[in-house]
Amino acid sequence: MIRLIAILTGLGFAGVALLALLFGIGPAFSTLAEHGRFVAPTAEHEFHKKAHAPAAGFSFSGPFGRYDEAQLQRGYQVYKEVCASCHSLKYVAFRDLQALGYTEGQVKALAAEWTVPGIDPDTGETTTRKGLPTDKFPSPYANKIAAAAANNNAIPPDLSLMTKARKDGSNYVYSLLTGYQAQPAELVEKFPASKTGPGLHYNPYFANLNLAMAPPITTDGQVTYADGAPEPTIDQMAQDVAAFLTWTAEPKMEHRKQTGVAVLIFLLFATVLAYLSKQQIWSGLKRREDD
Amino acid sequence: MSFPWAKQYEPTNGVMQWLDERLPLPRLVYNAVGAGYPVPRNLSYMWNFGVLAGFFLVLQIVTGVVLAMHYAADASVAFGKVEHIMRDVNWGWAMRYAHANGASFFFIVVYLHIFRGFFYSSYKAPREMIWLLGVVIFLLMMATAFMGYVLPWGQMSFWGAQVITGLFEAIPLVGAPIKTWLLGGFAPDDAALNRFFSLHYLLPFVIAGVVILHIWALHIPGSSNPTGVEVKQESDTVPFHPYYTAKDGFGLGVVLIVFSLMVFFSPNTLGHPDNYIEANPLSTPALIVPEWYFYPFYAILRAFTFDFILPAKLWGVLAMFAAILVWFFLPWLDRSPVRSGHYRPLFRKFFWFGLIPCMAALFYLGGAHAEEPYIMLSQIATAYYFLHFLVILPIISSIEQPEPLPFSITEAVLGSDPNAKLGTTAAPAA
Repeated sequence: MIRLIAILTGLGFAGVALLALLFGIGPAFSTLAEHGRFVAPTAEHEFHKKAHAPAAGFSFSGPFGRYDEAQLQRGYQVYKEVCASCHSLKYVAFRDLQALGYTEGQVKALAAEWTVPGIDPDTGETTTRKGLPTDKFPSPYANKIAAAAANNNAIPPDLSLMTKARKDGSNYVYSLLTGYQAQPAELVEKFPASKTGPGLHYNPYFANLNLAMAPPITTDGQVTYADGAPEPTIDQMAQDVAAFLTWTAEPKMEHRKQTGVAVLIFLLFATVLAYLSKQQIWSGLKRREDD
Repeated sequence: MSFPWAKQYEPTNGVMQWLDERLPLPRLVYNAVGAGYPVPRNLSYMWNFGVLAGFFLVLQIVTGVVLAMHYAADASVAFGKVEHIMRDVNWGWAMRYAHANGASFFFIVVYLHIFRGFFYSSYKAPREMIWLLGVVIFLLMMATAFMGYVLPWGQMSFWGAQVITGLFEAIPLVGAPIKTWLLGGFAPDDAALNRFFSLHYLLPFVIAGVVILHIWALHIPGSSNPTGVEVKQESDTVPFHPYYTAKDGFGLGVVLIVFSLMVFFSPNTLGHPDNYIEANPLSTPALIVPEWYFYPFYAILRAFTFDFILPAKLWGVLAMFAAILVWFFLPWLDRSPVRSGHYRPLFRKFFWFGLIPCMAALFYLGGAHAEEPYIMLSQIATAYYFLHFLVILPIISSIEQPEPLPFSITEAVLGSDPNAKLGTTAAPAA
């Protein structure tokens, strides 16, 4: 009885699934016949590009990769002088900047360059004060509404976690910053509806190809690097800020990888010992006679 | 119950003797996972995954308890609290990455444990109760994992909760009120986050309780084995300790190496980037997907796109739950007297060329965009899934001619068994 019910139930579910298949197969294959693919092509399908690494790669990629402190410091400078006018970095505190190779005193001085919201100790009124190492990076806007109002309703996202919030994030940030270009004429010809709208900017690395952010890094030398640093070309600045944002998203990466190496060495050793002891324990048992 | 030749616990010192006489806990452990538990001597490495699942349950509880010390289930701060753990709490990043990847590894070892059970028909008499409790554990794990994924309050947390609780809306008439009741509101928010946190903390201990029942039930008939022939004599078994503690120790080492590679060198690979964006009810992600270990069932849910008498969504929800509930009935659907797939030629073919590709496809399709050709493929795979368990398995187990079984485990291991009478093969263990 239970098997009969089971067979009927199985045929029922399988039947409905196959019925759905039957009704979907026609439209799917007519799309295939028309476009050579199962889904009608869109501008995103044809013109979206995958993020790519800078020519020299990033110092932190790979299992032993580490941050390049000088690069993180340059990236911080790009963030401060370019990105910070619109984008917050709310999960990062100034004290964290010591990881970039700054001393405690330097961090104090760097924090003091920022203005953070405060409370007047005499009157209790809201005011502003110089940043302290314990402060988080201040947001450029008082609240979301102010951020939206100042940016044509597109709220600039917080950047603390940006490189983890996008696929292949470090390369994505680098590719996006260097990827602005004129919309290809071929695209407009093929997909007239996808023409870049007013207030938007074409960028093949952005998910839907058009984003509200105007190209932030536009000219070589936009940020003045300290003596001895590489030339601040567009490409260099984009790499540096992508590296900095990788650090803001994953500040414990170096500690994590170092710990991982130690853990793996221990585990490999322990596992070999476990295998040998297992072999020894089992060797006392009688095995197949023809062995 | 145990085999008559099982060793008896003998305290080796006065303290243990004192304890054993008043509370026989040492005896319990000795009989459960010590030298007092005789286990078939021919277990393959596929029998490691039960102990490994137990390890990951403990790991999840330990890391989870520490994470809970630094977390707050409040929608306005939850996302920031997770970042606080990642940045400010000593070793917080290690706890969180171990917990997030630990969930994935818990599911990996449990899936292997379940599929070991499928191939060797571990669900058959007299082990039905072990199997039923196992399916209960799996369901509890799914509920726990789902609620845990909501806690970081990222975009996938929020929209995943929205989609999964939205499934209840498919129930006619009472669906919408049930969803509102489950969430404590019309959409996931503080009320939902708090109750999910509460239940996420509770359910692992319920799982631990059911695991104890699962192991208790296991110790009645004893472990199954790759031949499927029941233990007949002392030469068929070895004591769990030291033989299988040593073998499980090696297996644990191998799995921990893979686990550490993920935790320390690629901790976000099994996660979704969108969950590093704080939950935003006004912005729907382009693709809402659950964690990878739910993909097969998510693929089944989305395969139903056609309103046949019932709405397509209701078909999908029914099929998704049915896909797991059918496992409860396996002991009575598979009527072959032979357990092990090694001696069942037809069953073996359907397992390797039917069920395994079908599950692999469902795993892939559950994470794909809901567009063609993925929808068609998931409809085919879904149809096969139900046919396999509910139609093919009952039929082949009736018509199949099994291959001859060894007389005993001893014969399977040593090539001959002095106790086997010449010219007789053992009657299939019933």
